Amino acid sequence: MNKNGVGREIPAYIEGVGELKAYESPFSIIPEGNKVGPKLKRPLPHKNKLVDSLEEAVKAVGLKDGMTISFHHHFRSGDYIVNMVLDVIAHLGIKNIKVAASSLSTCHGPLIEHIKNGVITGIETSGLRDPLGTAISEGILKKPVIIRSHGGRARAVESGELKIDVAFLGAPASDEYGNANGFSGPSACGSLGYALVDANYADHVVLITDNLVEYPCLPASINQTQVDYIVEVESIGDPKGIVSGAIRSTTNPKDLLIAENALKVIMASGYFKNGFSYQTGAAGASLAVTSLMKEKMIEQNIKGSFGLGGITAQLVDLLEEGLMEGLFDTQCFDLVAAESLGKNPKHFEVDAGFYANPHNAGCAVNKLDIVLLGALEIDTDFNVNVISGSDGVISQASGGHSDTAAGANISIILAPLIRGRIPIVVDKVTTVVTPGETIDVVVTDYGIAVNPLRKDLIERFKKENLKIYTIEELQKIAENITGKPDTIEFGDRIVGVVQYRDGSVIDVIRQVK
Amino acid sequence: MVKLRRTMMYVTGNNPANIMDAHLYGSDSIMFDLEDSVSIKEKDAARFLVYNALTTMDYGDTETVVRINGLDTPFGRDDLEAMVRAQPNVIRLPKTETPEDVLEVERIIQEIEEKVGIEVGTTKMMAAIEGPLGAMNAYEIAKSSKRLIGIAIGAEDFVTSIKTTRSSEGIEILAARSQIVLAARAAGIYALDTVFSDINDDEGFINETKLIKQLGFDGKSVIHPRQVSLAHEVYTPTDKEIKNALRVLDAIEEAERSGSGVIALDGKMIDGPIVDRAYRVLELAKATGVYREEDQNE
Repeated sequence: MNKNGVGREIPAYIEGVGELKAYESPFSIIPEGNKVGPKLKRPLPHKNKLVDSLEEAVKAVGLKDGMTISFHHHFRSGDYIVNMVLDVIAHLGIKNIKVAASSLSTCHGPLIEHIKNGVITGIETSGLRDPLGTAISEGILKKPVIIRSHGGRARAVESGELKIDVAFLGAPASDEYGNANGFSGPSACGSLGYALVDANYADHVVLITDNLVEYPCLPASINQTQVDYIVEVESIGDPKGIVSGAIRSTTNPKDLLIAENALKVIMASGYFKNGFSYQTGAAGASLAVTSLMKEKMIEQNIKGSFGLGGITAQLVDLLEEGLMEGLFDTQCFDLVAAESLGKNPKHFEVDAGFYANPHNAGCAVNKLDIVLLGALEIDTDFNVNVISGSDGVISQASGGHSDTAAGANISIILAPLIRGRIPIVVDKVTTVVTPGETIDVVVTDYGIAVNPLRKDLIERFKKENLKIYTIEELQKIAENITGKPDTIEFGDRIVGVVQYRDGSVIDVIRQVK
Repeated sequence: MVKLRRTMMYVTGNNPANIMDAHLYGSDSIMFDLEDSVSIKEKDAARFLVYNALTTMDYGDTETVVRINGLDTPFGRDDLEAMVRAQPNVIRLPKTETPEDVLEVERIIQEIEEKVGIEVGTTKMMAAIEGPLGAMNAYEIAKSSKRLIGIAIGAEDFVTSIKTTRSSEGIEILAARSQIVLAARAAGIYALDTVFSDINDDEGFINETKLIKQLGFDGKSVIHPRQVSLAHEVYTPTDKEIKNALRVLDAIEEAERSGSGVIALDGKMIDGPIVDRAYRVLELAKATGVYREEDQNE
């Protein structure tokens, strides 16, 4: 066991995973070698790629015991693909499969049975939700899951660390030869940013669609040079779970309060000026910040450069009002964003590598000024946990959290100081996903704390009369109300390995008792 | 510094989450309600919760007020027993009709203060006037007790009693509002306005707040955090008002330096009320953050 750069004990080796490299600091790893390339193929002219069933596709790509299959998570909790594919694989008697999904959601409970039956023996993902997350935390899988950030996954795929044998990619619109996009059809999800990496690097690519359109399907995000087979099915997802309608700005007073505090931070930060770039999540408080910020942009005649990441109606609005030059979109959070992607060339679909791979020649997060992020817990060293709940169970996702925090000029955490009677500021977070060194400001309903490493921001905020607390003061305010929570007891077995975006190990997750 | 009471935010007494956070929204006062917003079967729970909140939570600079149930209910006496011990900044009486209503509560408060060893007179009170009799007795009520820091109008019950309904212009409660401002001013205490119930009608809320500010009220009761900043904005002095106030104070200083008896600004005489108004403008400006002492030196 070695202590890594955030003080966590990391084993040098784990059976089934291999040697682990302990995290040191955000940019300490200098990669070597080249990206891997896609497999060479020889499709004969006029080959029919459309197959009658998923079973046929699985057979045609030669899926065997021990292989790695991948999925994208653009259908979020409405996804039908993962369960559909694994049922077929199980039916065919194939075992010992590693599932490498860009993320897994609440709808993926059926994977538990496949784990029990030995169909699935490995999982690599950004996130896990109940009930699968709970089962993993209880130790159902022999090998620990590998948790990667979105940028980290792109890096792993592109570097060959994560080799995908077959990518099964849901496509909201596809033609018979493999040109596909995500913004049309009944299961539209908008950007296919996470799927694009798999389409580029997997040995075999199977598209699954419920919307087979005339050749050529244009514009195409995934194209025919990448795709081996196409399967038409009745439905690839539940639209209600895929994207929401236009997410309305919150009327929740607490979210608004946090948003107002965050806006003050943005305004005083020095980064709110012509040409600034901006990313935010889809949580209530973040959406409200974007709406409030829009008023300030108009008032002060400020025009931004680009909006990044998960794109929402609020960011589309900035684009359409001429307040942002463009949007880089890896994932759409609502229908407005999905529709905009299909019609506005300045709303630009990018893959996860473009978005956040730290080991290419320059990803989008490197150009980011302001990012608003959430947190399940944050500790007095500013380390952030976004993966395990206060009960220690894996319940959320790493996402782009550590990627954007590392890239942005100012990373701002938005969270209520107390959530469900539990303080979010703690001595040590249950699991470190994002190192404190890359977190600049914490905005809560009770007040704002700035990372002492950012002396420049502290000076600025003082000059602007913005009241700031130390993170310890925020912790104390919370604990005065709630008391100090008991620490969670874990077993010894490691059930999850949390990679930092560069592939080093920032933390491990142990079995819950 | 003058105590600001621009907003008094209602917080239902049996809602733990709201009670915990109420002071974060920036209202000058928060009023924990044990009365109308708490159902009969929740009265005990609300009383315990508010008692514990007041004795354990740190509400910082926010004034704490508790609206008790009337003494004509089975809960009023118990509310007083708990709240005098909990010592919010102010205990608010509902539906006050006569000075005797105030004196009766005061008598019980004093009894409890003596019993539990709190200095007599520590517990402050305010009275809500919610009917025509109370409005007619407004001045007598306002000067009935040294403990009273203010009187408030409650409009919902009032309009029903005078056989009308509330309108957006508020013409039906104009007389009562005026009566209450006059009574409060005559007694030297605060005058607080009623709630505006439609939390989605920002424009209506702002218009009503402008009206009551012009009538002379110190502030407004609010029922939702979003109304707080709207009300404060109405009460925030404009740049012009701040500049004018500063000039008035400069003129006084200048007159004092030169020993001149008569103070004039722009050819007009400055007297006591103008000076008081200038101070009030600056107090409000400081409280709302639009003016800082050091700005003067720029």
